[in-house]
Amino acid sequence: MTEFAQLLVVGVVVGSIVGLGAMGLTLAFGILKFANFAHGDMMTLGMFLAYAVYTRLDGTAMGPFSVGLAMVPAMLIAMAGVGLVAASVDQTVYRRLRRRGSASITMAIASLGVAIMVRAVIQLIWGPTPVRYATGINVAWTLPFGLRMRPDQVLIVIAMFALAVGLYLLLFKTRLGKAMRATSDNPALADISGIDTERIRAATWMIAGALIAVAGVMFGVQSQLKFDAGFEFLLPMFAAVILGGVGNPWGALAGGMVVGISQEVSTLWIPTGYKTAVPFVLLTVMLIVRPRGLFGPKG
Amino acid sequence: MTPLLDVQGVSAGYGDVRIVHGVSIHVEAREIVTIIGPNGAGKSTLLKAVFGAIRPTEGRVILEGRDVAGLSAFQMVQAGAGFVPQTENVFPSLTIRENLEMGAYRRQQGVNERIDELLDRFPELARRPNETAGRLSGGQRQALAMCRALMLEPRLLLLDEPTAALSPIMREEIFAQIVAIRDSGVAVLMVEQNAREALEISDRGYVLVNGQNALEQSGAEMLANPEVGRLFLGRVESGAIEADAPGAEGSR
Repeated sequence: MTEFAQLLVVGVVVGSIVGLGAMGLTLAFGILKFANFAHGDMMTLGMFLAYAVYTRLDGTAMGPFSVGLAMVPAMLIAMAGVGLVAASVDQTVYRRLRRRGSASITMAIASLGVAIMVRAVIQLIWGPTPVRYATGINVAWTLPFGLRMRPDQVLIVIAMFALAVGLYLLLFKTRLGKAMRATSDNPALADISGIDTERIRAATWMIAGALIAVAGVMFGVQSQLKFDAGFEFLLPMFAAVILGGVGNPWGALAGGMVVGISQEVSTLWIPTGYKTAVPFVLLTVMLIVRPRGLFGPKG
Repeated sequence: MTPLLDVQGVSAGYGDVRIVHGVSIHVEAREIVTIIGPNGAGKSTLLKAVFGAIRPTEGRVILEGRDVAGLSAFQMVQAGAGFVPQTENVFPSLTIRENLEMGAYRRQQGVNERIDELLDRFPELARRPNETAGRLSGGQRQALAMCRALMLEPRLLLLDEPTAALSPIMREEIFAQIVAIRDSGVAVLMVEQNAREALEISDRGYVLVNGQNALEQSGAEMLANPEVGRLFLGRVESGAIEADAPGAEGSR
């Protein structure tokens, strides 16, 4: 029982990272109407931008955490940086395709090209050798029922909840967020209502970029930084988006949890090497039984 | 006197298919003008070309003395026009109130006051401002769409078949609201299939056939015109109003 609960805890941590990334992915899909294959590599960019800043600042660990306060400005810079890169790519690549009336599949293939380019640039700058934010030992806390959780992992789960609440407030309580939802509903109607949809798209890229940067940093805090780490997260993030219902940020978060928990808990019964396949089995079942996902719109 | 909207020889279509051929119409301030015609005559295409939803290939569109032909729909809103499409004219996942807020996206002040003012005209909407628009009936959606387009207080409102697929009671209510909109100082240019009811409230009307001007008369004159009656008001089944020159009949 304790082993199950412990795997559940680990699953929630993994699910938080996948969910954070999937929220940005699904938000962009809802408004931009294509599957962005460059999202995973933007995650890698976020983790390395934070690494570049963090290693130049005072990297002394804070309290029980493996990283110090300097990670806060490092993460903020990474969020802004990835957001700006994503918005710039939209201006130089996707906007041209949009104006030509290109199909979603053309945009998706273009994003695959962007993904390869971003990954190559990251490898060029930071090299192929894995690095870490910090090398210290992160001693786990003992929780009730004998569960153990590292302080870094607690930080990841808190960050996920804080950003989910922030995204909710943005989408439902601000003018920008409502315009984003309106543009997602019907871009042509948004245009004739006087909403500057190009600005809304730019804002969407910024927000999706910021979210994936946080996911990247959170992953990096508890793991190694590799030039292809984000790309490896791409499929689980897509699985989370589809499981939750395409275009629904809360669905993506829930989908992320399903992905994280199912793959960790499954190791009770199957070899660890096969655990990454489990979310895709669930995904296949979901597509057969309920193609619109957990929270997707009907029809 | 310069008309509020002066459309001069506008041609438009989709891709290589030209549907509207050199059409000229005008709308005075505080006037309801209705465009009628057979299916495929190019009525909705003309409306979209006037508003900038599609780009005219020829002609001029003068709004309040300024040539606005070729401006985008977004720029037309800034120029003082509002447009209500025939279908998909609300944001289904947004509430009634949020839909109206989106209509006033460019407005900095007085948004809540304007929302209250417009909802006062539609008690059905005012009773449940937090209902999502996707759950509304066809008539309620149409009412909400008109309110949304009025949020920025346009001088000209373009309506594409505002009563299509509505019940007779709802049609009556929508037409009454269109009169109220005109009386509040907004000119209305609409395309309508329910020709008789539309002409009854119209100051003037145009008949479009094969994408060309076929007739211009006051609403009352059109209602009394036997040829219009025969073709569009269901009095006689056959006959035709000929366009000034032959042209390709469009499908949209």
